[in-house]
Formats: sequence, structure tokens, C-alpha cells
Amino acid sequence: MKGLTALLCGLIFGVGLAMSGMTDTAKVIGFLDIFGEWVPDLAFVMGGAVLVTVVAFRLVLRRDNPLLADSFSLPTNTAIDGRLLGGAALFGIGWGIYGYCPGPAISALVYLNTDTVIFVAAMLAGMVIANKATSS
Amino acid sequence: MDAFITPLIGGLLIGSSAVLLLLSLGRVAGISGVVWGAISGQADNSWRWLFILGLVLGPLLFHGISGSPYPTPSVQPWWVALIGGLIVGLGVKMGSGCTSGHGVCGIGRLSMRSLTATVTFMVTGIATVYVTHHLLGGL
Repeated sequence: MKGLTALLCGLIFGVGLAMSGMTDTAKVIGFLDIFGEWVPDLAFVMGGAVLVTVVAFRLVLRRDNPLLADSFSLPTNTAIDGRLLGGAALFGIGWGIYGYCPGPAISALVYLNTDTVIFVAAMLAGMVIANKATSS
Repeated sequence: MDAFITPLIGGLLIGSSAVLLLLSLGRVAGISGVVWGAISGQADNSWRWLFILGLVLGPLLFHGISGSPYPTPSVQPWWVALIGGLIVGLGVKMGSGCTSGHGVCGIGRLSMRSLTATVTFMVTGIATVYVTHHLLGGL
């Protein structure tokens, strides 16, 4: 049941990404290009998603426990520090360079373009490198 | 007008997926976090791989049903994908999240940390496109 629900969640997420245009690098770059011919469409993706989470997360988190697990696993770190800002800044740069953030990149694997595989492999390598650098 | 409808519905679906994952498994639908958990072999991992499987099958379902064509592949050469991917990977691991974890879920939890991260990566994303497209005239 847990696995099936996770699969369903991933599926809905993936449909949402493809439908919204987030798996289209040209659209993403157009959205970030506010000083050029700005394509504002993708603002509605984040807007729509946050609209749902802001309202529904409040209701969900009123519960003592989730339906299929013992407890909620929520991030506990609230620090706004150099690591957060540096990491977020780097991520934005990588996002702007090619037009994929992690979710759309993985979803776009199904389009079977070699460059997307290269992007995802490099992304995983980057995660491993950052993990090694910060844990030593 | 249509240009806004599909992104909006797509966004509502993404938000609904995040809500369902939190309600059912008590987990945050941050893709970089889910992917890291999967490849680093954390305990109780099968849900992560199944979520990722769904993430990959989602576009197939969407394009299959709607008949809308796959997006045109990026015109950038492969090494730009390599550099972009590497920097994204470094950044999301260091900053503990991406568009979904900080943007969709973090802001949903009214986290100042996530809001700060989201504003930061939006600003550097916009700045990067400005540099590559307007100062360097297309990378």
C-alpha cells in the first residue's frame, strides 16, 4: 500500500511536470529570462502548487500521524546560513544554465535524449561530491 | 489564456501529489531529497524508487493521453548539460533542496528557510539567464 501510494504520488507529480511545461528547457529558460522576452506561464506552476500545499499542509499536519506511517518525517533544520544560501545560489545557476531542476530532469529521461541522461548523471555526481565535501 | 491553464493545472497536480505524499507516508515531496535518499541507500527505501518510477512514467502518461508532442530537446551541446547538471547536483545537496522541496513543500510549511532558499535560486537563475543570453549572447 505504501509503495503503491508512492508510485501514484510520483505519477501525479510527473504528469504535473509534463503538463505544466517544466520538462521543456526552452520554456524554463524563457521563464527565467525576465530581462528578455519573458514567458510568464511557469509562474502559474509554482503558484498553483503552493496554493494547494499552503492550504492542505495545514490540515494534514493537524493530524497526529500520517495514514500509512508511524510519524511525519519533516525537515528540522531552520538555519538560514551560508550553506543554505550558497547551495541555493549554485542550484539556481545550474538551473539557469540548462533549464532543468531535478524533478523535470528525471521526468524528462523518458524522452530518451542522451543529453538528459548526461544532465542527470552529472547531477547525481554533484550530489555525491557535495556530500563527500561537506561530511569530511 | 490557454498558455496559463495547463501550467496552472500542472501546478495544482504537483501540489496535490505533495499533499498526498505527506498525508499518506508523512514525507516531503522534495525530489532532490527523495533521489538522494534512493541513491545513498537509506533505510526503508522502496517508496523512494517507486516515487521516482512514477515521476518518469508521468510524462509518458500525459503525452500519451493528451497527444501533445514531447518538448523540443535543448539546443545546447552535451557539455552544457554536464556542467548544468553538476552544478544543480552540488547546489541542491549543499542547500538541502530544490524547486519542489524548498519551493513547493517548504513554502507550503511556511518555512522561512525554504522561502529564503527559493528567493535565492530564483534570483541566481534569472541572473544566470541574463548573463548567458544577454551579456554573452546565448551560451
